[in-house]
Amino acid sequence: MTFDEVQEGQAIPPFVVDGLTRTDLVRYAGASGDFNPIHHDDEFAKMAGNPTVFGHGMLTAGFVAKCVTDFVGPENLRRYKVRFATRVWPGDTITCQGRVTRKYDEAGEHRIDGELVALRQTGEVAVSGTFTAALPAARK
Amino acid sequence: MAEIDRSLIGVWGPETTMHVELGKIREFARAVKDDKAAYRDGTLAPPTFLMTLALWIGDMGQTRSAVKLDFRRLLHGEQEFEYVKPIRAGDVLRFRSRTKEVFEKQGKRGGKMLFIVGETEFKNQRDEVVAYSRNTVIETEGAVQG
Repeated sequence: MTFDEVQEGQAIPPFVVDGLTRTDLVRYAGASGDFNPIHHDDEFAKMAGNPTVFGHGMLTAGFVAKCVTDFVGPENLRRYKVRFATRVWPGDTITCQGRVTRKYDEAGEHRIDGELVALRQTGEVAVSGTFTAALPAARK
Repeated sequence: MAEIDRSLIGVWGPETTMHVELGKIREFARAVKDDKAAYRDGTLAPPTFLMTLALWIGDMGQTRSAVKLDFRRLLHGEQEFEYVKPIRAGDVLRFRSRTKEVFEKQGKRGGKMLFIVGETEFKNQRDEVVAYSRNTVIETEGAVQG
């Protein structure tokens, strides 16, 4: 994506995780080092009042980060902020998507801001976020 | 509620070193289902990769934090990253953290909520600041369910 091509209001194409698995949660626990048992031990999760284990907020935030960097290019991200709303559960389909909200020049760069969201299959917001990216002016 | 030592707000804690390893970048990218070439060859780390600092500080890294947190009452509210320079495989990062801000709000369902904003600064082996990570945790008056 280049600054010339991008439009305010433009949709950021979705990234969909179709059917979150317990293996996904364990893989993220190992990769991140976050071994809170509430994310991999069903018995522990139940004792804490949950029906099952549930996903790490930062795992969903990682899916949203993939969505936005697919669009802007990973080297172009300048700021990324997420807020955690509802939790995600094994079996969930998570749809990450967003929209460009502003196009401007700052700090000698062509920048865009945008908003992001990760939705459960119910339409509930799991994670909402914002980002700033710096884009090249035009294709070489 | 939590015990707050206001004299520690804004004070940086000790520095820790973190080695950015190619295998860890690949493992992390796979976990967030992101197969970009830059992560496979380690020319960049994924945007949320700095969460792996937990591997280098052991427990939640509350050293010198201004707030003694009650983990049973804690919610991760927000997480923010500011990217200043690229982080690549082979980098040796030094990071330090501080409690940036502590404030109270009235919760929607009654009860006070304590907001604690922490900030971590990352520098590379050339002493350049590469990123900031800021997180807001919320301590509620009652126990939370995760």
